[in-house]
Order: sequence, then structure tokens, then C-alpha cells
Amino acid sequence: MVACECKCEEPGKDELSKQLELIIDEYRGKSSGLIQVLTKAQELIGYLPKWALISIAKGLGVSLQEVYGVVTFYAFFSLIPRGRHKISVCAGTACYVKGTNMVIKTIREALGIKPGQTTPDSRYTLEIVRCIGACGLAPAMIIDGKDVHGRLEAEQIPEILEQYA
Amino acid sequence: MITLTIDNQKIAVEEGTTILQAAKKLGINIPTLCYLEKINEIGACRLCVVEVQGAKAFVPSCVAPVAEGMVVRTNTPAIVKARKLVLELILSDHPMECLTCVRNGNCELQTLAEQFGIKEIRFDGAKTEYPIDDSTPAIIRDPRKCVLCRRCISVCKEVQTVSVLTAQERGFDSVIAPAFNAKLADVECVQCGQCSLVCPTGAIQERDDTDKVWAALADPKKHVVVQTAPATRVQVGETLGMEPGSIVTGKMVAGLRRLGFDKVFDTDFTADLTIMEEGNELLQRIQTGGTLPMITSCSPGWIKFAEHFYPDLLAHLSTCKSPQQMFGPLAKTYYAEKEGIDPADVYCVSIMPCTAKKFECGRPEMDDSGYQDVDVVLTSRELGRMFKQANINLPGLPEEEYDAPLGISTGAGEIFGASGGVMEAALRTVYEVVTGKELPDINFKDCRGITGVKEATVQVGDLPVKIAITNGLGNARKVLDKIRAGEADYHFIEIMCCPGGCIGGGGSPIPTNTEIRLKRIDATYIEDERMVLRKSHDNPAVKVLYEEFLEKPLGHKSHELLHTHYTPRGLWQEEE
Repeated sequence: MVACECKCEEPGKDELSKQLELIIDEYRGKSSGLIQVLTKAQELIGYLPKWALISIAKGLGVSLQEVYGVVTFYAFFSLIPRGRHKISVCAGTACYVKGTNMVIKTIREALGIKPGQTTPDSRYTLEIVRCIGACGLAPAMIIDGKDVHGRLEAEQIPEILEQYA
Repeated sequence: MITLTIDNQKIAVEEGTTILQAAKKLGINIPTLCYLEKINEIGACRLCVVEVQGAKAFVPSCVAPVAEGMVVRTNTPAIVKARKLVLELILSDHPMECLTCVRNGNCELQTLAEQFGIKEIRFDGAKTEYPIDDSTPAIIRDPRKCVLCRRCISVCKEVQTVSVLTAQERGFDSVIAPAFNAKLADVECVQCGQCSLVCPTGAIQERDDTDKVWAALADPKKHVVVQTAPATRVQVGETLGMEPGSIVTGKMVAGLRRLGFDKVFDTDFTADLTIMEEGNELLQRIQTGGTLPMITSCSPGWIKFAEHFYPDLLAHLSTCKSPQQMFGPLAKTYYAEKEGIDPADVYCVSIMPCTAKKFECGRPEMDDSGYQDVDVVLTSRELGRMFKQANINLPGLPEEEYDAPLGISTGAGEIFGASGGVMEAALRTVYEVVTGKELPDINFKDCRGITGVKEATVQVGDLPVKIAITNGLGNARKVLDKIRAGEADYHFIEIMCCPGGCIGGGGSPIPTNTEIRLKRIDATYIEDERMVLRKSHDNPAVKVLYEEFLEKPLGHKSHELLHTHYTPRGLWQEEE
């Protein structure tokens, strides 16, 4: 769910919690439903806050550690809200050969987050994607799904990121 | 039956047997690191790989079932090379601190590295940098030394059903920790230390408190007394190379004197005292319609488990302190008074097969003597370390006797160390107190053994007393859930946190496995039979203690010094 700035229609935690319980109901007491419930919970809330993990653990009768282990294993799940800007680093063959690792390392150093994570100030989310069709510009990344930045060199990257407030 | 060939030897085994088990039957030892029989069989470490004729790749023998006509080779040059590669990869992210590691000389990874002649590690990369968790008084986690074998996760989840550990993140970032990488002190860890028993390396270990004891022993002002738990006398020998099941009672006493303890006392004494208090508490509950079933309260891991997971059942727990915590206040009141020593100068050390005892002695309510009742708890492993440092050759020492009065005990106190022992000791006393007759046979064999849940009905006078005995917290749950559901009609239940009872406690010598547990249990009952006195109410020093000081079981002084209360803790996840 995309956060609405005016918060007019954003449901509060109580409401989300009620809806989450409905999702859990389908699998109550069944540990085998963990991934399905987590997926639906993330669809509902936009990410997986701690309170949701606790409700899910209780509802399915598994320990919080088990839930947490699964959530952190799969890059698909996020424990923190997605950032305002999504940085998608291309790891297609051409980009990979030309320096995807350098790009990721530079962003990691600049922002202190790994792929799949969001900065604590909710400004950026970093992810790795497969070929974006800009092989001629390798290594490349797309920000917010529209701005392609290519032929990246380590020095440029912090400047590029700065443009996205 | 399935017939296969392993290293040119034919064998027939049952379907479903793994290659590893089949090889073991032939006396072929395949190296393992993550494998823990029946608890952790996940094929994670890849050290147990073998060649199977016709298979495309090497097969992890700990999880691969045998098949008809299978031809297995466990020791080809290619296999050895693969195992060495695995070891090198593990070692490439391992701190090379072996000489200063607590597991130096007793580490499975070190042993394998030596066995495979690892001379150099060809891989030089990043090292895991998760911080050490030393938040609890009992257990220290050092993720840098972790090989991600997951034995600790399995034992915590499957055996103890506490489940405070999980593998989180993935790849190089993987770490074994509570969810959100929380500290053990902030979760429902009961500090039983079973994880430290199964850890192949030094990644999970007890907090070492030997320095505190050395300092106290060196302080001329301090009168340092020590108590030794029932299980320690069938354990401590192992830390110094003796066979599992060696009984070292007298040698341990001699060794402790040589370390410089002013008095060597015995937790067996307060175990007898526990029976006097707890036996009478049971009778009182039965006679006055108190909360039943009553459950034993000797095992601090079990107590913390109840406080977290069964806070609604705390009224079932006996209010008796554990023998360790009965000893502390007596040493600093009764004994200090008797000897004319300022209790402020009495320093009380205990030797325990247990890590949770370290937590227990620091519980805020354990200060009924006006001081912290028990100052320091050392595990059997730590005592072994002190003997080594002091160059004391335990096997060669003469046998010496415990000091009076707090070192006088009976066989009933001794058997506290084995699952069922507290129950048996209580029955020996309760029977004679109730009927006024001597027991025809004091051996309650139904109580003994390593079975997870034992049940029996014992006729005590007119009353058929229904009992249950559990060891390992997963087994405790089975009985506790029955109580919760109102389906339990027991009078008395013994619950021990660790598999096999205290002889398999988290502070035991490493290795501790089922076979070794059974040897220690056998030794415990041999020791019981050797005792002249085998019933707690026959303990002359306990009788004198009541005459001179406590007056009577459940009396005013007993309540002040020997009984306690519990703290509902609930689950960590519900706190926020």
C-alpha cells in the first residue's frame, strides 16, 4: 500500500490488525500457512512490522523466531516500510560484467543499506533487478521505475542519489 | 531389509536407514559437524559427503537413505579433498583464536581440522562481525565462532520447545540469534545451556566465573565455602579425562580443599532438607485442599520456563527453593552463627551441572540471609578448568570426606541428580512419615530412567499417590498442557529442565549425549546404594538443624529462609 501524504484514507493500526486477523483465520494453528500469511500481510500493510509478525506467530502457533527467520531469508519480505525512492540496480549479464557489484557496493557504502533494505529515514529502498534492457548503458540502474542512469562510475553515484529527496 | 556395500563391506539394514547409520554399524566412522542424532539431521555442513556409485554428485550421508544395491565409498581421495575444502571454507570465516578459546582441546571443528591435516586456508575473505551477546548471567553467544550447524536451534526448539534461536538473514549475513537479533536476556531463554552442550565450537558457552572464585580464595578476609551439586560427582572426572560415569565424590572433595576452600559442603545436604520441606508441603496440600498437583521447584531452567510459558500454573509449583538456594542462606545464617563468623565474610560458591543456576543465584529475591545468598555458581566444566589451572591431578587424589554439618547427606539427596530422583527421595520420606512404618523396599524403580514422561501410582498408607516425572522441557509441556486442560489427576510431579535430569544439565562436561547420560545415571544409583543412610529424614545433620535452628518443617524460619515465590514473566513477544 502506498502511503498517502494526507493520510485521509490510510487505515490505522487497529483497522489493519483486524484485517490481518481475518487473513490469519484461514490458517489459524497451521504452521504450513506461514509464507501465504506473510505474503498477504505484506500486501495489506505494505511491509511487515513487528506487531504483525507477533500476531502471525501467535495465530499460526509458531515461535516469533521462526517467523522472523523466514521473513529475513526471502528478499521479497520487508521489515520496514518501502522508501520514497526505489533504486533498482540492474544485474543483467551486460551490467553484471560491467560492474553491478561496484554499483551496489557504492550505494551500500553511501546509504548503509543492502539490497532489499530501506534507509531508516524512508528515503530510499535498494533492490536488484534483472536486465532492464539498457545493455548499451551498462552498468545501469533505474530510479523510481522511470529514470535510467547508465555508464555508472562510483564517483557519480552519490550525486545521482542526492537528486532524490 | 536393504542390502548395500560400503567401502567393500556388505551390510543389510532396514529401509529408511541413512548411509551414515549403516556405515556406523560397520564400524566406519564418517566425519560430521552439524549432525546430532535424532535432533539435528539436516545435511548442512557437508562434511559427511560420500561417493555413491552412479550418483552425479557427492551425497550427504547423514540425510541420504540407503537403497538396494547401493555402492558407497566413504574415503576416496576425492571425498577427502571435498571434506578439506568444506573445512577450509568454514575456517576462512572463523576467528583463529583457538589457543585462547574456552573450547581449546575440546572443539569439534579443531579436531576435524587436525584430523584432516589442514595446513593452510586458501580463502581469504570477509569475516562475520556480529557482536558477542553477553547479556545473560549464564550463556554467552559469540556468532563469530558459529559454523551455522543449527544444533542449538534444534535442541532449543525440538527438545526444550523454548525456541529462542533462529537462523536469520541469508548467505554471508546469516546469523543464529533470537528474532530481530535480540539479546538472550530480552527473550524467553530459560538459560538451560543445552545449546552450549551441543555447540561444536565456542560459539555458545557458559559465562566463566572462575576469576571471581580465584579472587575470593586469595582474599584472607573471606571464609569461602563451597557446595557441590549431586550430579557433579558423576561428572567432574570427565573434564579431566576420566571415563564417563566415573564417581569422583571423595577426590572432588580433596581437590576442592587443595584449591583452598575453607569448607567443602554438599548440596546433597540441602537436597535432604528440600525433601523435608517439600514432602511436608505436599502432605499439607493434600490434607488441606491446597493446589494440586504440586510440582517440584529444584530446576531453575524449569522455573523460568514456567514463568514465561505457564504463568497461570505457578501456584502448582512447590514454594521450596532449590537445594542450591536453601544452602546459601543457611551458610550465611545458621553456619556463620554456629562458627562465629561474620556472614558478610562468608563467600558461598556452588558447583553445578547447570548454567541456569547462574541466573538463579542472581534472582533479586535470593537474599534472605541479608546478603546475596549464593555468591557464585560454577559449572562442572569451570571446576574442571580450575583443577587444571591449579595443576591438580584429580584421578590421583585420595578420597576425602565432606565437612560437617552442611556436608552430611544421604543417598536420597544424591539421587536428585538423575531424572526421577527427587520423586524417589520424596517418596522414601513421605511414605515413612505418613505410615510410621519402615519402607519394605526403598528403591522406587518406576521413577528411574531416561524416559521423557514417567507415570506411576504409589500406595502411601490409605492414599494412592499419583505421580508423574518428566525430563526435558518438551516433555514437561505434555504434562503441563494436561494440567491446563484439567485432565491431570496427579498429586505430585517432578519436572527437570534437562534431558536425563541434572546429570545432563547445560553445565555438564562436553560431550554429553544419551549414552553418557545413562552412564552418569548408573553411577548416581551406585553412589546411592553405597550410602549408609538413604532417606532424607534419617540425615542426622538435618535433624540437628531443625532442633537447633529451624524448629520444624514449614515453620517460621523455614518460610523465611527456604521458601520463595515466582514471577510471572509471560512471553517477550507480548510485551509490546
